Amino acid sequence: MIYDTIPEGTPLNGKVPGGPIEKKWQNHKASIKLVSPANKKKYTVLVVGSGLAGASAAASLGEMGYNVKVFCIHDSPRRAHSIAAQGGINAAKNYQNDNDSVWRLFSDTVKGGDFRAREGNVYRLAELSMAIIDQCVAQGVPFAREYGGFLANRSFGGALVSRTFYARGQTGQQLLLGAYGSMMRQVNTGKVQILPKREMLDLVVSEGKAKGIVVRNLETGQIESHSGHAVIVATGGYSNLYFLSTNAKNSNASAIWRCHRRGAYFANPCFAQIHPTCIPVHGDYQSKLTLMSESLRNDGRVWVPKAKDDKRAPNEIPEEERDYFLERRYPTYGNLVPRDVASRNAKMVCDEGRGVGDTKRAVYLDLSDSMKKFGLKYIEEQYGNLFEMYQRITGEDPYSVPVMKIYPALHYTMGGLWVDYNLMSNIPGLFVLGEANFSDHGANRLGASALMQGLCDGYFVIPYTIGDYLAQTGAGKLSVEGTEFKQAEQEIQESIQKLVGKKGKKTVLELHRELGLLMWNQVGMGRNQNSLRTALDTIPQLQKEYQENLIVSGDANHWNKDLECALRLWDYMELAELLSLDALHRAESCGGHFREESQTEEGEALRQDEKFQYVAAWEYQGQGKTPVLHKEPLEFEYIKPIKRSYK
Amino acid sequence: MYEKKCILWTTIGRKILLALSGLALFFFLIFHLLGNLTLFMKNPDIFNQYARTLENMGILLYIAEGILILTFLVHIVDAILVTLENRKARSMPYYKEADAGKPSHKSLASKTMIYTGILVLIFMILHIKMFKFASSPACCGSKERNLYLIVSQAFTDPTIVAGYCLALIVLGFHLRHAFFSAFQSLGISHPRYTPYLDKLGIFLAVLIAGGFLSIPIWFFIR
Amino acid sequence: MKNCNFKILVWRQKGPQEAGKMVPYTVHDISPDMSFLEMMDILNEDIIKKGEDPIAIDSDCREGICGTCGLIIQGIAHGTRQKTCTCQIYMRDFKDGETITVEPFRSSAFPIIKDLVVNRSSMDRIIAKGGYVSNNIGGAPDANAMPVSKEIAELSLDASSCIGCGACVASCPNSSAALFTGAKISQYAYLPQGAPDRKKRVLEMVEQMDKEGFGNCSNHGECEAVCPQGIKILHIAKMRREFVKAALL
Repeated sequence: MIYDTIPEGTPLNGKVPGGPIEKKWQNHKASIKLVSPANKKKYTVLVVGSGLAGASAAASLGEMGYNVKVFCIHDSPRRAHSIAAQGGINAAKNYQNDNDSVWRLFSDTVKGGDFRAREGNVYRLAELSMAIIDQCVAQGVPFAREYGGFLANRSFGGALVSRTFYARGQTGQQLLLGAYGSMMRQVNTGKVQILPKREMLDLVVSEGKAKGIVVRNLETGQIESHSGHAVIVATGGYSNLYFLSTNAKNSNASAIWRCHRRGAYFANPCFAQIHPTCIPVHGDYQSKLTLMSESLRNDGRVWVPKAKDDKRAPNEIPEEERDYFLERRYPTYGNLVPRDVASRNAKMVCDEGRGVGDTKRAVYLDLSDSMKKFGLKYIEEQYGNLFEMYQRITGEDPYSVPVMKIYPALHYTMGGLWVDYNLMSNIPGLFVLGEANFSDHGANRLGASALMQGLCDGYFVIPYTIGDYLAQTGAGKLSVEGTEFKQAEQEIQESIQKLVGKKGKKTVLELHRELGLLMWNQVGMGRNQNSLRTALDTIPQLQKEYQENLIVSGDANHWNKDLECALRLWDYMELAELLSLDALHRAESCGGHFREESQTEEGEALRQDEKFQYVAAWEYQGQGKTPVLHKEPLEFEYIKPIKRSYK
Repeated sequence: MYEKKCILWTTIGRKILLALSGLALFFFLIFHLLGNLTLFMKNPDIFNQYARTLENMGILLYIAEGILILTFLVHIVDAILVTLENRKARSMPYYKEADAGKPSHKSLASKTMIYTGILVLIFMILHIKMFKFASSPACCGSKERNLYLIVSQAFTDPTIVAGYCLALIVLGFHLRHAFFSAFQSLGISHPRYTPYLDKLGIFLAVLIAGGFLSIPIWFFIR
Repeated sequence: MKNCNFKILVWRQKGPQEAGKMVPYTVHDISPDMSFLEMMDILNEDIIKKGEDPIAIDSDCREGICGTCGLIIQGIAHGTRQKTCTCQIYMRDFKDGETITVEPFRSSAFPIIKDLVVNRSSMDRIIAKGGYVSNNIGGAPDANAMPVSKEIAELSLDASSCIGCGACVASCPNSSAALFTGAKISQYAYLPQGAPDRKKRVLEMVEQMDKEGFGNCSNHGECEAVCPQGIKILHIAKMRREFVKAALL
């Protein structure tokens, strides 16, 4: 791929309605079209993905009277990876009387996203956050409560107000089960049909509109076409491109990537979030990384030995030989600096050779001081389950020596398919919700905001905006007989035939690990022109290896995980190229994207607003061809761009 | 509007019926034991008097016996139905099966309820034949049946005593899981009190089985 | 700790209709820090490289919350370590040279798809009958309008922490789904939000549970011991109380 000159296309318009920011959503709702109750049953909507965004959308649309088909990669919608979110969900309820407000949540999110998100979308998110909590409580989600019976809140991820609602360390699970329950209620009424064990392999676009999808039945290997009046994609993020991430094994990028190949623009792919408190990698065989809640940083101190290659056990290293690098560099925020800052600093000290553990890619998170100060009981209450988890995975007992080893890991991707204010992509009829779209978090997502966005999109945005689209297009007859469907099916069949029985030397897992390692080393926490060029030059070699030396077992007519993963791997490879290209073109540091060339004298991220205050949306041009860049300029009318500072 | 089906045609209803009939039989056992303890009195007439009072209750006895038989039948038929359904629910057994340990209540007793139940049933038939329908030995001449004599003679036979001991231990096993299980099936459970209920079940099982056991042993070694 | 070798005895079954059997494999040089599923990954890599059909096995989050993975390891659902999912079992729990048996979750209501993968959609169908509050989205009152005591919220969360893995069914000598169904009914029975439709919920969910062919609960309580979330059988008792109240009153 040529990456020195990037062709530029027409600028994009996010279609954010006019008027003062507080009135935008209200005015917009008043102006968009409705589908009459009698007509809703004539429409079919396809929902791909059954996590928070997908399930909440399917439930809402089913209740409204649309026919909904939900495609879910798992055996049950309840397994979607939203379930693993631990921390909580933000809402500007101001229940704690600590001066929180919609405005403050809005402003925190825009600033946290390092001024790379659309103001209109973010304001709407903050505004709707309250209704989400009301809705979830009415659904019977057992949030944590005070003895008096009111909801409890905590402060999360360095926020200055307590606006996070939680249910132990299982908030994502409880919210997902709420949305899943609502959706299953519609299954019972017959308005929603669930098709489990289906993986979306193509989007069918006909006459310029999204008309359906082609999926593979993972149990039988059958290729099936489904048509609908609109397609909603809510398949989550693409962190698994890096092989090792905190994402679930089945979370993948194929659905959004295949939409991209059919013309949907991919926005800001280089914005990936790295979470600082994960359990470090411990061997080449490792299959995934486990995240420990960020709340550990409230009571833990992060340090490494001052000397390189210090082989002593952490409790044998005297105080004066320790470097509490976060406290040293950021006296105000200390150990509570945002995720990207904490992650980058951990990488820096490890690069200096001061990392700890067998692999030297870890730093200590030390709770000894808090244990002394507050006692064992406090630590047990606050972090009991995390300590248990740490012990289970590493075999070390943090109660005897309360020093854990942590290292950053890929966790969330802010980038995704480009959508307008209606959450519709540039392909009419293709809507993208949740982590799969790019819209609300800019270059960095705040803690406890992912759940908020997923539910906001599904419960309170799409039910309105999809009506506007459907009312305009009408309920035409549905069919899967069109040439577009046949052609898509055939292409998939061919690509599968090419893979099945491939008798090379390298397994899918091995090649994916190679890709992941390359991306982590070259396009990970710190990126520079050279590393990005290395990645862009190496990926084609991996692609060649894939085409020539891959081994794929089993057949196409049974459950075949190997084949599934092989299909996903190719998409990861293409996406990896785009991600690197996007990172290369964005020669500024912002949020989760740190370009080493663009930093202050103190080594902090330096944004270049005059050059890069836009969304980079890429248009696919074919395999190996340089994509076309469409820019959506960002304007900050209400929150004036300032430099982030955590000193 | 949803339907309210007959409670008995549900898994929960069937277990409730099993629990209720089981508890009724449990109380019968306690009364039976209390009555039988009169065998330990020095004067055999006390036991015979007790037996005769029961036998002379006329229609009331038949009603009581009818209820008892019905309870047994309900318990047995229900148990067989439940067991058959359970078999069907796992048509393919595991290659290897191990116990997960506490807090599980799974034990040899809980896994063999149907077998211990069948053994108790067989024992019961023999027991009724041996005592209820036995006439007094010819030597004694009295018109009235001397049940005390029948019992004391029977329990000099080591085979009968051994059989009784075995059967009563099996009954104890059955009761060990039954008591706790009956309350759980009826939905009577409380985090604080249920552990005591479980212990009470063991205690009562030992008490009832031990109480009955003491009779043949006492007669045998006397 | 040094690396170990193990003999793995795995259930292999090509498809739902085919017969299956236990097949022995060996794995070498396994680090004790490896998770059980990572060991299975390595075994599968070996099998793939030999050109044979790898063992079908499903897993997703690999952090014990999604409920996808679920195996009978050494005769116990999710292995010997309690309150732990299959994906969180580590090889340090096994002795060098040990033979480890691996079987799928067995129940007539969980037909086998292939090898160790089973179809648990019967549990979704139970939820569809009432595992929710029967209200539409929108129009919810302020979240603090209905106070719920902390104890009740915690009890409800104990029940709703169910990950739907099916270990309760797999470990039950009767393949009963009473703990799974009971936990969901109990979650809503505790909360005021679940009160309006509580009768409908318990009657219809229990009816569906029976239709799916799960067995009767004989109160063995093995389910509680294998549940990765440690959900207690008192929720089964709660379901029965709810059921009696709904059916008779």
